[in-house]
Amino acid sequence: MVISNMPEITVRINGRELTGRPSQTVLELALENGIEIPNLCHDPRLVPTGSCRLCLVDVEGQRAPVAACSFEIAPQMVVKTETEEIRAIRRSFRELLFYEHTGVCTTCDENGDCKLQRYGYEYQLADEVFAAGQVAEHRNNYTTGNAALRYDPGKCIRCGRCIRICQEVQMDHALTFKERAGDVEVTTAFDMPLNDSTCELCGQCISTCPTGALYERAALGKGQCKDLKRTRTTCVYCGVGCQIDLNINTAKNEIVRVTSPIGCVPNDGNLCVKGRFGMEFVNSSKRLTSPLIKRNGEFHEATWEEAIDYVAVRLNEIKAAHGPDSIGGLSSAKCTNEENYVFQKFIRTAVGTNNVDHCARLCHASTVAGLARAFGSGAMTNSIDELPGAGCIFVIGSNTTEAHPVIGLKIKEAVVNNGAILIVADPRSIDLVQYAKLHLAQKPGSDVALINAMMNVILTENLCDMDYINERTENFDAAAAIIKDFTPEMAAEITTVDADAIRRAARIFAQASSSSIIYSMGITQHTTGTENVLSLANLAMITGNVGIESAGVNPLRGQNNVQGACDLGALPNVYPGYQSVEDPAINSKFQQAWGMDLSGKKGLTVVEMMHAIEEEKIRALYIMGENPALSDPNLNRTRKALEDIDFLVCQDIFLSETAEYADVVFPSVCFAEKDGTFTNTDRRVQRVRKAVASPGSARDDWQIICQVATKMGQPMSYDSPSDIMDEIASVSPIYGGISFDRIDTLGLQWPCPDKDHPGTRYLHKGKFTRGKGKFHPVEYKYPAERPGKKYPFVLSTGRQLYQFHTGTMTRKSAVINQVSPTGYVEIRTEDAKKLNIADGDSVEVISHRGKVTTLAKVTDNIESGWLFMPFHFCEGPANMLTIDALDPIAKIPEYKVCAANIRKAGGRN
Amino acid sequence: MDRLSSTSDFHAWHKQLMAELDNNIPLVMLCGGIGCKAMGSEDVHRAFVQAIDKLGLGDKVQLKLTGCHGFCEKGPVVVVLPDKFFYPGVKPENVEDILQQTVIGGKPIEDLQYIDPASGNKITYEQDVPFYAGQQRNVFRNNGKIDPVEIADYVQHEGYSAFVKVLQAHSPEEVVKIVTDSGLRGRGGGGFPTGLKWNFCRQTPSDQKYLICNADEGDPGAFMDRSILEGTPHAVLEGMLIAGYAIGAECGFIYVRTEYPLAVSNTKAALECVRQKGLLGENILGSGFSFEIEIREGAGAFVCGEETALIASIEGHRGMPKPRPPFPAVKGYMGKPTNINNVETFANIPLIMLKGSEWYNAIGTEKSKGTKIFALAGKVKNTGLVEVPMGITLREIIYDIGGGILDDREFKAAQLGGPSGGCIPAEHLDSEIDYDNVQQIGAIMGSGGLIVMDEDTCMVDVARYFLEFVQSESCGKCTPCRVGTKKMLQILQDICGGRAELKALDQLDQLAGNIKKGALCGLGQTAPNPVMSTLRHFHKEYTEHIEERKCSAGVCRELIGYSIDAVKCVGCGACLKACPSGAITGERKEPHVIDKVVCTKCGICNSVCKFDAVDVR
Repeated sequence: MVISNMPEITVRINGRELTGRPSQTVLELALENGIEIPNLCHDPRLVPTGSCRLCLVDVEGQRAPVAACSFEIAPQMVVKTETEEIRAIRRSFRELLFYEHTGVCTTCDENGDCKLQRYGYEYQLADEVFAAGQVAEHRNNYTTGNAALRYDPGKCIRCGRCIRICQEVQMDHALTFKERAGDVEVTTAFDMPLNDSTCELCGQCISTCPTGALYERAALGKGQCKDLKRTRTTCVYCGVGCQIDLNINTAKNEIVRVTSPIGCVPNDGNLCVKGRFGMEFVNSSKRLTSPLIKRNGEFHEATWEEAIDYVAVRLNEIKAAHGPDSIGGLSSAKCTNEENYVFQKFIRTAVGTNNVDHCARLCHASTVAGLARAFGSGAMTNSIDELPGAGCIFVIGSNTTEAHPVIGLKIKEAVVNNGAILIVADPRSIDLVQYAKLHLAQKPGSDVALINAMMNVILTENLCDMDYINERTENFDAAAAIIKDFTPEMAAEITTVDADAIRRAARIFAQASSSSIIYSMGITQHTTGTENVLSLANLAMITGNVGIESAGVNPLRGQNNVQGACDLGALPNVYPGYQSVEDPAINSKFQQAWGMDLSGKKGLTVVEMMHAIEEEKIRALYIMGENPALSDPNLNRTRKALEDIDFLVCQDIFLSETAEYADVVFPSVCFAEKDGTFTNTDRRVQRVRKAVASPGSARDDWQIICQVATKMGQPMSYDSPSDIMDEIASVSPIYGGISFDRIDTLGLQWPCPDKDHPGTRYLHKGKFTRGKGKFHPVEYKYPAERPGKKYPFVLSTGRQLYQFHTGTMTRKSAVINQVSPTGYVEIRTEDAKKLNIADGDSVEVISHRGKVTTLAKVTDNIESGWLFMPFHFCEGPANMLTIDALDPIAKIPEYKVCAANIRKAGGRN
Repeated sequence: MDRLSSTSDFHAWHKQLMAELDNNIPLVMLCGGIGCKAMGSEDVHRAFVQAIDKLGLGDKVQLKLTGCHGFCEKGPVVVVLPDKFFYPGVKPENVEDILQQTVIGGKPIEDLQYIDPASGNKITYEQDVPFYAGQQRNVFRNNGKIDPVEIADYVQHEGYSAFVKVLQAHSPEEVVKIVTDSGLRGRGGGGFPTGLKWNFCRQTPSDQKYLICNADEGDPGAFMDRSILEGTPHAVLEGMLIAGYAIGAECGFIYVRTEYPLAVSNTKAALECVRQKGLLGENILGSGFSFEIEIREGAGAFVCGEETALIASIEGHRGMPKPRPPFPAVKGYMGKPTNINNVETFANIPLIMLKGSEWYNAIGTEKSKGTKIFALAGKVKNTGLVEVPMGITLREIIYDIGGGILDDREFKAAQLGGPSGGCIPAEHLDSEIDYDNVQQIGAIMGSGGLIVMDEDTCMVDVARYFLEFVQSESCGKCTPCRVGTKKMLQILQDICGGRAELKALDQLDQLAGNIKKGALCGLGQTAPNPVMSTLRHFHKEYTEHIEERKCSAGVCRELIGYSIDAVKCVGCGACLKACPSGAITGERKEPHVIDKVVCTKCGICNSVCKFDAVDVR
């Protein structure tokens, strides 16, 4: 946070006059100014605890030395950090630590990164103080048998950082000390195995451990820290965009562990289970290493030349016979900005159609459509680091702590540490509910009624910001006319949420200093997805919460680069930078830039392409890094289409469920093997860097595309991803000022129109992108399918913490598979009882479209009559059941609501 | 009268209670403190109830099971009013005699009278017992006089008058000033001026403030807080009410050890009484002042007596200290300003409010005012709780009140202040005891644990004992306390075991100094005190252990051996029978012999020998 007008405090440390801020500690000020004070229990993310006592310094006027880590500076304070007395005490305490410490640096993985080791060396401690030779007693502890962590009490210096980060940052409260004095050890409550505790396997404890006491179990013996090379890059999982360091054993070309630097943006060194333990897929033996061509139903390895020739010839044939619009391309939210740019350019130029889309269609198409209509820009209005400053946070349809765990931390920080009021609207009792003042468990698909009713209260009780509405928005009256009818009582009938709770939520939202809306798939994946988004935009505008700090409408993007894939025009209606293909001026700009005629007709979306295959309107699909055979709704229909299509090309790192249907498969390289950029959910363009060599003959996606395009007769070539970014900047004004040079250490947030622009922290300051914010009157509509006699349950699908999407990456991780081995369906206890289903029973879930067998998870976190299934598991794919009804505007399928039934497997019905 | 809703209600009730008081009816006060209970006072109580019934004395005598009288050594203690006949060690079979001869007859029973160990004289009245005569029982004035729980009894003895007076006549600022002027210092051990502490908390702006009574008495041997809570819990509640009013708190906690069941139940019962009377809760006596008190039971960690650890424990966390600053007065319970005082401190407050700061200020020394309760224990004839004015000498406590050293042996040292305190040698027997003097001598006032040691005590072993205690009670948070005290303990064990060299003393000295300067909380900072004070006053004993491998006091097992003096031994066979390891042989009426290989040095032979024939060296 940038805080100006703060009084400055002048302090002398070792004779140097330094200036600090109120409530800054001596240690912080010293470190900031390059004055080394030894410390072991200090982590800037944590409340100072003063336990290691190494940072003792002399402060004039204090009767004894004070711990610099917890002692706040005061005007005219005189500090000495290296007096004879201080050095003697420090030496003594270091000796004590070594006296307790068993374990030897030569066999320790932390060697090279261990603070204790460094401090021992610095004071050249005598050999006799080392407890060397003593081998720690191999007793079982809370990490015994755990695939993720190893705790070695012999190396533990009892600084408590692991426990504190688990409590203060992660707020998991999984760890604690046990025993007293010399017997103190870290453990879980009642010494239960870690995976049975409240632990989420975030590994934050490892990240903060100053010695090798806590370490990734899988990394043990794979290379000491001193020999590992660190490459800074961006995490490949969700849209938070955490900065990570891949620690590489270069001799073995292997990622040994994942770390993250404290202080980095946006995650401040925090990671979730996937980021820390989900990188095993990179080294997987199942990686594709050679191009494959299917002949007579079987894949055969082929040379690159052969495969590229084959693809170019086939695509050109189909284009010639059926026209360019008979070919479609699915780009990838997992790939870099540069690759997405090249891919859409390839489809629009070499193929000559706007039939290009990607999985954003399945997650935030309604956001892009809705927010563009209301504000003029379809992205998070505010930044992740503004969340802790919010007065009220309204989370609706986002299971943030599971789907975007590191943003979840920010919300918890806002509530627990800063007193923000949290309102959660979600049909399930998600984790955040325990931090919430109010939980509104609206019936799936009833969001518009709920939001309209909140606005009804705000209008009736005169809590709206009329100045803001008059000055900055338009069409308010039309929206107000509809809102008038949505009394809380009426909404209560539709949503099953108590009318008074709606009133309280509305008042809190309207009266807070700033209110930030956080939403995700629970809002977007409906046939009314765009309207849901428009309602939220209305709610934010009616209370004047757009265009100010710590407020706004904030869709959390699900994939590492789904924001970027949208930004770079992997969409059928816009060129890079959300420039309409149907706008003649824009069209001619791109024709000039790319040197050829371009189609001015918008193309087909993901699910539309699948449906067009049935009508033989699409005859060839080029899929880069997507897995529709598991991720699309109504899988039976999707898979039939993939089977029926004339020609299918897949470009992937694994032979995915979709690639199985392909005619040609190109092996590509994964994020750890390439350079480029990802744009995270708060519009920050961040670097991706090559850390390891790719397997076999796998190639960069952009290179494969360029080669195919060139072979098809449309030459495309670039020197490097940086080169591609320069072209992006030249055609896309929101990326106009972005280059690899500028984002080397810290990413930039678009819009960043020119080289001197610092990037944009929050949007619509002073003026909306579209000029005035526009209210849209939104009526409530029922979901496409409602439960009935045969299918009495409402089924929603979604994510869980450990697995990611179709599991192609996370399910290669032993750590994740240990804690989350199988799929399941959540059902409320009383419903399960009626159907004689017990927790862990094998059950069949059935809908109009299909049937899957999975395990029952009996819980009270879900209301009666509702079912929930994660969609990550190919052996019980939830999307066999989901409906492919689409939002008429955004064409997003209604994953969140379909009618279903459930019964014990093997039984008759 | 039920719930009181105004101060005039209170005065009316008080008047009514005083009118009901009949001082002419004899009153039997039987001590119901834990010490006397352990000696059988419950049986004695039952016997009294039955005998009164049997003799038909129902309306001629009152019986009260009171709080602790302090003279635990001699329990169960009975005092008969109005004359204050004093009977120690009363048994159920004595009860009828006491009723008939003393209560009805008004005469002492010679056989039950207390014999002063110093003079051998029989003593009839309580005030003449030297153990009491030297005391100034202010805080304890009602302990042993009233029913601990019954609020009416307390009110009849000026109870809650101070609080009502404060509500009627003083602003919170005035209350803080009176306490400041009184010179009262924290009785928990630190001796921080109470008024100043209250003022810090009062001055910190906040929407919510808290008050905590620290009843986590953990020093081995100290039990005055327990005694107060058992005997006069109302005094503590009244002190808390006044403090809450003064600092602006509406919520208070009493953090008490769960190992003090009687203190817990009496305090709970007292709380219930006060609440019912309307002296606790919303808008007390219509004054606008609201206050609630909750009891939180601690699980017995010594470190939870430290303010910040105590707060952590109340918050539901593991009881571990936090760095100060921020002090609790600024950021305490739930991050809000919190004032913590000890039980004895709170119990002093009503007196100060009733009698004024000048009265209080007149007691004690220049910088330490009022009385202090000491838990007198060890090798002294009269053990128990003694309340004395600040400035009294050790000699007065040990010899006048305590009756001198057991078996009239030589005084060697007194350990004052528990594990955080130090050993005071004979040369300081005549020093005045107050906060500052004690610190100069190398001990601390602490909570007032006073352990008397005679010539048979090994001072190295004493240091080892206290360090062992601290080491096992260290929460393990900070390096110097967790590892440093462990290392010190090992050095001491080596010295006691004859395995150390002289340089160990330097090591010990340096470590002690560093730990004192560098530990996180008071527990760690004071942990080296027993070692430092014994090193200072009894350095020779240490060198003797190291250089001569000798323990003159005959305590350190590895340095001593047992043998039988053939001249003194009469061959009675007592030691042979008692020896648990079969190390002693010998014919009857012939001198016995100890096999040094088999002997485990348990010392039982020495204790059973009636002829002083066992040599220890």
